[in-house]
Amino acid sequence: MSTSTIVGTRDDEQVPPTGGQRRRRRTSHQVEASAHHRGPMWTAAGYAGMVLVVLVIAVPLFWILLTSFKERGDIYVRPAQWWPDPVTGQNYSELTTRIPFFDYVRNSVIITSATSVAKIVLGVISAYALSLLRFPGRSVVFLVVIAALMVPNQITVISNYALVAQLGWRNTFQGIIIPLAGVAFGTFLMRNQFLSLPGEIIEAARLDGAGPMKLLWRVVMPMSWPTLVAFALITVVNEWNEYLWPFLMSDDETTAPLPVGLTFLQNNDGVTNWGPVMAGTVLAMLPILVLFLFLQRQMIKGLTAGAVKS
Amino acid sequence: MQSSVTQPQSATPGSGGPPPEVGPPPRRSSGRAWEWSLAALLLLPNLVLLIVFTYRPLLDNIRLSFTDWNISSPIANPVGLSNYIEWFGRDDTKIILRNTLVFTVATVGISMAVGLGLALLLDQKLKGRNIVRSVVFAPFVISGAAIGIAFQFVFDPQFGLVRDLLARIGVASPDFYQQPGWALFMVTVTYIWKNLGYTFVIYLAALQGRRADLDEAAEIDGATAWTRFRRVLMPQLRPTTFFLSITVLLSSVQVFDIINVMTRGGPQGNGTTTLVYQVYQETFVNQRAGYGATVATVMFVILLAVTVVQVRFMDRGKQA
Repeated sequence: MSTSTIVGTRDDEQVPPTGGQRRRRRTSHQVEASAHHRGPMWTAAGYAGMVLVVLVIAVPLFWILLTSFKERGDIYVRPAQWWPDPVTGQNYSELTTRIPFFDYVRNSVIITSATSVAKIVLGVISAYALSLLRFPGRSVVFLVVIAALMVPNQITVISNYALVAQLGWRNTFQGIIIPLAGVAFGTFLMRNQFLSLPGEIIEAARLDGAGPMKLLWRVVMPMSWPTLVAFALITVVNEWNEYLWPFLMSDDETTAPLPVGLTFLQNNDGVTNWGPVMAGTVLAMLPILVLFLFLQRQMIKGLTAGAVKS
Repeated sequence: MQSSVTQPQSATPGSGGPPPEVGPPPRRSSGRAWEWSLAALLLLPNLVLLIVFTYRPLLDNIRLSFTDWNISSPIANPVGLSNYIEWFGRDDTKIILRNTLVFTVATVGISMAVGLGLALLLDQKLKGRNIVRSVVFAPFVISGAAIGIAFQFVFDPQFGLVRDLLARIGVASPDFYQQPGWALFMVTVTYIWKNLGYTFVIYLAALQGRRADLDEAAEIDGATAWTRFRRVLMPQLRPTTFFLSITVLLSSVQVFDIINVMTRGGPQGNGTTTLVYQVYQETFVNQRAGYGATVATVMFVILLAVTVVQVRFMDRGKQA
C-alpha cells in the first residue's frame, strides 16, 4: 500500500526545515499535544494499542480453536482449562457423524460457485452495457440497478418466499440461487472500472473494427482484471456467508449450506455439547480465512473502490 | 457461451458498420440499432432478476401488509389498516423499536468511532502494522452465523471465555443468556467485533488518500492535534463518514444471522428482537405474513426517512 509516503510527511524527521523551526517555537506552548503526538510515549501507546486490538480479535478465535480440540469434560469445567489435555480430534469426528457435515459443505460449494459465477457474468455484462454502449435511458437503467442496493433483503423475503414456494422451488438449488443472482454492487463497481479506462484505447480498438464483444473480451477485460478479481472475491465471500435466504429455503441437508447446517447442529447440541459445535464453526471459518490470508489485498481493494467512488 | 455471443458482433462490422473513413456520423446511426439491442440483451437478465426479486417484492410487500395472509394459504383477505393499527398499539412494538434503536446506534456509532481510531493508529509508522491490519479485518470475512454460534459459547455464563476472564479479576459473569439487557449487549458486541474491520478498512483508505499538506500547514500555523483532527482531518473524511453512516446503518439494521443463532430474539420473548427479526418471527414462526409485511413496510419507511435525513445533513454540511 502507498501509505508510507503519506505517513512519512507527517513524521517528525521529514518536516521541512522552515516548518521545523516554526514548530519548535510553537512547541513551548503546546508541549502536551506534541508529547502525545510523537515521541517514545506516543509510540509506546501505539504499540500498546496494537497489542490490545490483536488480543481482542485473536483471543476469542483462539479460544474457539482450543475448545474444538478438548474432551467434553475439559470444556465443562470451572475455572476454565485453556489448553486441551489431552488433545483430541473427537469433536471433529463427532461433528461428521452427528450431522451430514460434508453434504453441507457440498451445498455451500454448489451455491457459492453458481451464484458467484452468475453474479460476476451479469455484473460484467451489465457494467459493460452501462459504460461503453450508447443507448437511450442509460442513466435511468443505471439508477434502477444501483437503487436496488438500498432495498434490504429482509423486506423482500416474504414475497420472494411466496413466489419460490409457489414454483415448488423450496429445497432446490435454483430456488436458493436464482433470487440471489441479481447484481447491483458489482455492476456499480465494474462500471466505474470500465469508465476509468482510457478512452483513446477503446476508440482505437473500435476503429480497428473490433466488435463490442471482442472489445469487451480482448481490450476492456484485460485492463480490468484487478477490479474483477476484487469483485469476484467479495462476491464469493458474501455468497459463502449468505444466511437468511438459504435458511428460509432449505429444511435439511439436501440443499442447506454450511452456515444453515451449523444452525441445525446448534439447535441440537448448542450449550449442552459445545465441542462438536465449535469444531463445526472452526471448519466453517477456515476456508474463508485461508482465502483471505492470500487475497486480502484484492478483497480490500474491492470494498474501498466502492466506497471511494461514491 | 462465449463463442456463440461473439459470433453476431464479429459479423456486424462487415454487414452494418461502414469502414471508418466514412466518418463517425453514419457509422453511429447505422450502429445504433444493434448497439441498442446488444445493450438490451446484456442488461436484460440482470434487470429482470432485480425487478422480479427486489422491486416486485418491495411493492408486493406493501400490498401484503394490508392483508391477513398466513404465508402458506393461497388466500389473503384484505384487512385494511388493521395490521398497522395493531402494530402501533401493541406493547412489544415499543420494546422492539427500542432494541433496534439501541443496537443500531451502538453498532454504527461504536464501529465507526473505533474503526476511525484504529485506522489512525495503524496509519502510523509502527512495526507490524500490516499484520495487525489483517487481524482487524479478518472477522469481517467470516460467516455471521459461525461467529454468532462461536460467540454464544464465548459468552456462555457458565463455561465461557468472558466468564473465565471476569472470574480472574473477581467479577461474576452477567447472565448473557437470560437477562434481556445483557443479551442485547452480547449481540451488539458480537456484531461490532465482526464488522469493525469494514469501517476500519474504509477509513484507512480514506486516510491514505487525504492531503497531508493541509495537516502540515495547520501544524505550522500552530494548531493543536485536536484542532487539526477536528478542523483539518474530519472535514476531509466527511464523504467517507457519510458513506459509512449509510452503509453501516443499512447493514446493521438488517442483521439477522447473529441474532438468529445467538438468542432467537429472546430472552423473555423479545429481549433482542429487532424489527428485522420481528419480520421473520411474525411471518415464518407465527405464520402471520400479513403482519410481518406490515413490520417490513414500517421498517422500510423508517430506513428511507433516516437516509433522506442523512443526505440532507450531508448537503447542509457541504454548504456550510
